[in-house]
Amino acid sequence: MELRVRALETVLTQKGYIDPAALDVLIDTYQTKVGPRNGARVVARAWCDGEFRNWLLHDATAAIASLGFSGRQGEHMVAVENTPDVHNLVVCTLCSCYPWPILGLPPTWYKSAPYRARVVKDPRGVLEDFGVSLPETVRIRIWDSTAEVRYLVVPQRPKGSLRLSERELAELVTRDSMIGTGLPLEPGITPAAGTPI
Amino acid sequence: MIYRSNADLGGQDVRDAVLPEPEGELFHADWEPRVLALTLAMNAAGLWNIDASRAARETLPHYRELSYYQIWLAGLEKLLLQSGAAQPDEIDQGRALHAAVAASKVLHAGEVAAVLARGSPTVRKPISPARYALGMRVRTLSVAPPHHTRLPAYTRGKCGVVERIHGAHVFADTHAQGLGEQPQWLYTVAFDETELWGVSRPRQRSTVSVDAWEPYLEPV
Repeated sequence: MELRVRALETVLTQKGYIDPAALDVLIDTYQTKVGPRNGARVVARAWCDGEFRNWLLHDATAAIASLGFSGRQGEHMVAVENTPDVHNLVVCTLCSCYPWPILGLPPTWYKSAPYRARVVKDPRGVLEDFGVSLPETVRIRIWDSTAEVRYLVVPQRPKGSLRLSERELAELVTRDSMIGTGLPLEPGITPAAGTPI
Repeated sequence: MIYRSNADLGGQDVRDAVLPEPEGELFHADWEPRVLALTLAMNAAGLWNIDASRAARETLPHYRELSYYQIWLAGLEKLLLQSGAAQPDEIDQGRALHAAVAASKVLHAGEVAAVLARGSPTVRKPISPARYALGMRVRTLSVAPPHHTRLPAYTRGKCGVVERIHGAHVFADTHAQGLGEQPQWLYTVAFDETELWGVSRPRQRSTVSVDAWEPYLEPV
């Protein structure tokens, strides 16, 4: 694969279609600048600020842009809020549509056949794979991103987080909790799952 | 003409577990980020649009045996050949052997941030009033068209309710075929689980929605 990719890069550079320096900037952008910590800031702001929450739920694209996140694969955003009665879950069964400006690149499982095939039919089984079990009374609302609208799940604010600052709250917001396959961390538990970007 | 998407996976009989992954884990080989960047850079060159690139990927015959970035690489090679931007001998030998076609632009390093931040919004001015209103019941078309489309097979011929209206958007079906944007109203249509799956599986208290362009729908 390595050679095949390098060969293609050479052809495209020699033919003048690409600027190799732009490739490095693109990679750096998604490796170090654009990732799920952006989305965590959006969620934490919604938890702290009722007016922002309402804005986010009514015009997510504008509310998210006000924090500086916009653009490719996030042109048309919709935020869906979890409540005690409804748990939201996002998928793209047709390819891998995902809100890049706030979550970065999709994880491997999000793009995989098991997730895309199963989550629309057996959401509770898929949640079990993530160690999440929801009460039977909770309705699971699955959003299949089949067009250019991208979805952000706003998870429920964890109990015991009242005294935390917005910044501390953002640390509780995991990537998976913004897709719906996870729940936010509880205060006092260090994130095991990730290196914040 | 038969058009077959190998990417339409919703509801298919796949038993494997979903494997969670830590947040920072983005790539699994050094060539993967290069493929990502090559694809994004070439998308900016204006030789094809995003819907045509999805069509190229989903019709790869070996789609299901390939990893994600293998799909992107094979899709990119296919698009280059289809558009005439590269020839098979060039891809085989890894060097330019023929004249380049005219690309609309080259994405330069200094423009990347601005181009990504701008994105490619798909909302357009509607050419006619919306046919459906919030809360209306609609039925999706039952027959798949012989070209790229974005109505998943598991939602074909099903009744649902219009939950959101997103304005008029570039119509993926025509855009992918090079027939223009032909903007159409876009709706979130929600389906009850028994409508989708019958009683073949225990109820899970779930609702699934798709975003469907108006031509995918008919009144109930």
